[in-house]
Amino acid sequence: MQIETRPYKKIHLGISLGLTVFYSSAVVIIPLLGLFFHSLGIGMTGILEVFTDERIRSALYLSFTVGFVSAILNLFIGFLFAWVLVRYQFPFKKFFDTLVDLPFTLPTAVAGIALTTIYSQTGIVGSAFAKWGIQIAYTPIGIVIALVFIGFPFVVRTVQPVIEELPKELEESARCLGATPFQTFYKVLLPELWPSLLAGTGMAFARSIGEYGSVVFISGNLPGKTEILPLLIVTKLEQYEYEKATSIALVMLLTSFFFMFIINLLQERASKKLA
Amino acid sequence: MKKISQFLQFKPSISVILSILLGIGTFSSLFSQESFLHVSFDPTRELYEEINKTFLTQWKQKKGEEFSIQQSHGGSGKQARAVIDGLEADVVSLALSYDIDSIASKSKLIESNWQTKLPNKSTPYYSTIIFLVRKSNSKKIKDWDDIVKPGISVITPNPKTSGGARWNYLAAYGYAKRKYKSDEKAIDFVKALFQNTSVLDTGARGSTTTFVNRKIGDVLITWENEAKLALDEEKRSGKNSLEVIYPSESIKAETPVAVVTKTATEKGNLEKATAYLEFLFTKEGQTIIAKHFFRPIDPAIAKSSAKEFPNLKLFSLSDLGETWETAQKKHFADGGVFDAIYKTK
Repeated sequence: MQIETRPYKKIHLGISLGLTVFYSSAVVIIPLLGLFFHSLGIGMTGILEVFTDERIRSALYLSFTVGFVSAILNLFIGFLFAWVLVRYQFPFKKFFDTLVDLPFTLPTAVAGIALTTIYSQTGIVGSAFAKWGIQIAYTPIGIVIALVFIGFPFVVRTVQPVIEELPKELEESARCLGATPFQTFYKVLLPELWPSLLAGTGMAFARSIGEYGSVVFISGNLPGKTEILPLLIVTKLEQYEYEKATSIALVMLLTSFFFMFIINLLQERASKKLA
Repeated sequence: MKKISQFLQFKPSISVILSILLGIGTFSSLFSQESFLHVSFDPTRELYEEINKTFLTQWKQKKGEEFSIQQSHGGSGKQARAVIDGLEADVVSLALSYDIDSIASKSKLIESNWQTKLPNKSTPYYSTIIFLVRKSNSKKIKDWDDIVKPGISVITPNPKTSGGARWNYLAAYGYAKRKYKSDEKAIDFVKALFQNTSVLDTGARGSTTTFVNRKIGDVLITWENEAKLALDEEKRSGKNSLEVIYPSESIKAETPVAVVTKTATEKGNLEKATAYLEFLFTKEGQTIIAKHFFRPIDPAIAKSSAKEFPNLKLFSLSDLGETWETAQKKHFADGGVFDAIYKTK
């Protein structure tokens, strides 16, 4: 009996291309094109007008800064969490491992309400901070907390398999050759982990910019202060201004795409360097 | 080996087709809405649960026919948008006539003269905007003038996302306009009000939670029925930390209903839909309405439930010389007064 092996690289124009085009059209391309053409409805000047608006500009600024801050926090928190999960044994490890996925499955509005309860002035954590005169809920700090919550599984779940794959010998030989723990980490481990960390952080960042459900509860939604971009989209929809809503969405999309693109480039360079 | 592989290739294709057919079957049965759908806004959930029960028993007695009514609740504007985009509602009851007007103008599912089809401009009940304060009322809030003073922290939802919040806004605006007889002063008044606002939730219920559970703010501006519901809730859990304050004057918040004529006709529900909405204007309907803290329009029922609804001077939108269309354009649309309030801040 002979087993036929087909090379992956062979070009399949039949079913494979058809399926790919069909599903990506139905799920991604057509809706996005719809978005694009819908926002063109108000014309280029209309779109520009949207972005000269003070409120939209400050929401744009807020969404991207809190997204960035929370992504950086997630980079550290997520990496630490993944490292502990892979390298250490402790009771209920499997349970905590499962817990990481919770933000993926939990309706974000539920997360938002729960976080607001805890971090508002009457909540368990919030009341402690209130004594020091620090307000968490209804300020950008609260938004960052919500975004850290929804973003951190992205980092954990992208870095975790890479840490698992790291050969133990790599570290051991580094140590044998006289490297300090810090040198081992910085010169041996980090170059291996770098691309996946970047990918996870990038995804967490992109997710943060678009997050609505959990943030509207904790942010306070004050225009110019704690109003995020997705909320502005909702307010436009509420006024039946579909074009303005879609043009804000379009800019968010393009910006996110730009960041993802940069991150992908960096990732590629990092992995090439490794090879 | 070849035969088996041929067989295998054959079998999946059949099962794929079968499962797709099956899938389509279950999907369409899930989404085909044979029944009767009522699309409404948030605070009417409990009201219509009771209305439906009574109406359906009555309908069965009269016509010997049984059916069920499905309810959909959400923010008023969001619900209107869902109907415009194809949610097959037979009747709608929303927080503002502007939202029903929008369905009429954007989808043609409702005639533009819908307000003439039922009594009282298709408005079976109304409510008003009042204050909820903490029990001690240490800031001595009695009327609208007290809540624009510096140092008062106000909770109200965002007029851009909430129909109820637009009533709140217009109540404050109307009070000032009638008192100072000047549009400019009225705008300054709402400006001061929103400068005192510390949290702008997206809906009325969210604001109630912020005020009652998170204990933020000195005063909550809200629907009368929402305030009474919050008091009821407190009473049931044995707490007593809130107090309702009636300002000297407020707005008559009219919340209309309409048959979605085109959809109801297509679904063969026109007769039921019309009877359903007419029921709201009957004595029984009005009694249930009063029970759920909405103000009934029937004078007799209003009289018998008067102790629930203290007398306060109510002005309507037309008393301010506005229609929803002009109010929307002037105050809430992009570049309107509400936007300007936050620009200068």
